[in-house]
Amino acid sequence: MPKTVHLTTPLKSEDIIDLHIGDQVYISGTIYTARDAAHKRLVKLIEDGEEMPFDLKGQIIYYVGPAPAPTGKPIGSAGPTTSYRMDPYSPILLENGLKAMIGKGPRSTEVIESMIKNKAIYLAAIGGAAVVMATSIKEAEIIAYEDLGAEAIRKLRVEDLPCIVANDVNGNDIYQEGVAKYKRD
Amino acid sequence: MREINVKEIISAVKDLCINANYYLGEDVLSKIKKMREVEESDTAKDVLSILLKNYELAAQEKMPSCQDTGIAVVFIELGQEVHIVGGDFVEAINEGVRQGYKDGFLRKSMVDDPIIERKNTGDNTPAIIYTDIVQGDKLKITIAPKGGGSENMSEVKMMKAADGIEGVIDFVVDRVTRSGGNPCPPIIVGVGLGGNFEQSALLAKKSLLRNLDEPNPNKKWAELEDLLLKKINKIGIGPQGFGGRTTALAVLVLSKPCHIASMPVAVNIQCHAARHKTIIL
Repeated sequence: MPKTVHLTTPLKSEDIIDLHIGDQVYISGTIYTARDAAHKRLVKLIEDGEEMPFDLKGQIIYYVGPAPAPTGKPIGSAGPTTSYRMDPYSPILLENGLKAMIGKGPRSTEVIESMIKNKAIYLAAIGGAAVVMATSIKEAEIIAYEDLGAEAIRKLRVEDLPCIVANDVNGNDIYQEGVAKYKRD
Repeated sequence: MREINVKEIISAVKDLCINANYYLGEDVLSKIKKMREVEESDTAKDVLSILLKNYELAAQEKMPSCQDTGIAVVFIELGQEVHIVGGDFVEAINEGVRQGYKDGFLRKSMVDDPIIERKNTGDNTPAIIYTDIVQGDKLKITIAPKGGGSENMSEVKMMKAADGIEGVIDFVVDRVTRSGGNPCPPIIVGVGLGGNFEQSALLAKKSLLRNLDEPNPNKKWAELEDLLLKKINKIGIGPQGFGGRTTALAVLVLSKPCHIASMPVAVNIQCHAARHKTIIL
């Protein structure tokens, strides 16, 4: 039976080790946003041995490029973007302490293997449920790469951001198991 | 000749961009509700309920239902008795997009050079504009904001006549299977049959403008749509790719004549945020 779990960042291995695909997770605390362009720059910083705009240890990256904040709101609509575009960059971030990623759609074998090795998880948010997600985001601040616009790195304070475990630390994959279960001839 | 001032066009395009992103069509909403009733997976049912709640919240809060407010795809039917006055027609459409995306707090998702610099143009222009000259003295403008996630799962295949209808079915089902959870299922599958290389893709895109409550006027293609939808909903992808019956809400087919040597087939995948709004000036 899927569990419902509330997690607060930064994450420790013991927070996520018992999670299984299909479990509902509500995230609270500080998380960071990054999409393709920001990932490319982050990986370059690691390769060049330069300082990162935030400490990756125990952290969560949310793959999102939010819409502009309407007057009086901390952020605009903010649903997940498709994750496979970040696959080439994720293993090196996981090696450097990243504990979880939030996005939508399946990950590559390389990323799944890196999650097993580094005891990390991949969480799926509901693609297109961007207003629902935005209501869990209480504060947003650009901390790097402002020139990238929607793709800049934002520091978010979230309360009970709703996600589903899509890959757990044991390499299980909701996308493969789900389809196999409901496939009909 | 009937005159239409570009100011009217700017204002209409602006409103269409905003309305398309805030308010999803009733036809799509009622399809999601119907599919939720027959869905077998509890997780899938939950996902569909969250999506419906999200569309309700978007309309209520006047916020875009999805943060990917798309690139502005604009379909124009320009009556040949219309004279556009007061400025440049294409610039008027782009100005409408610029104002709509700014004032509606919509995300700007266009980059200038697609390969090297990929610098955001900052105002979501240029729009992608298709213009047909038709009879009459009206101007029909349709805006269909299209997100990147579903567009990336689309494909054109130049097939052989020998591949037949079976080949077409296999290609469409395979394209959806390979897309998996990426394009934000439940999806709508636009299929363009015939024409040539680029026209098949445009047919697939245009097919997505049909109201989901209206059947295909061509019986042959209506049957193909039914067959494809049944096959696609047996794949098991389900909402968001978590597994389930509701992979697609609809399959929509448009066709045109083609060359004796060709059988072009295009699949344009549309996420559940199947946004399009039309005005006639």
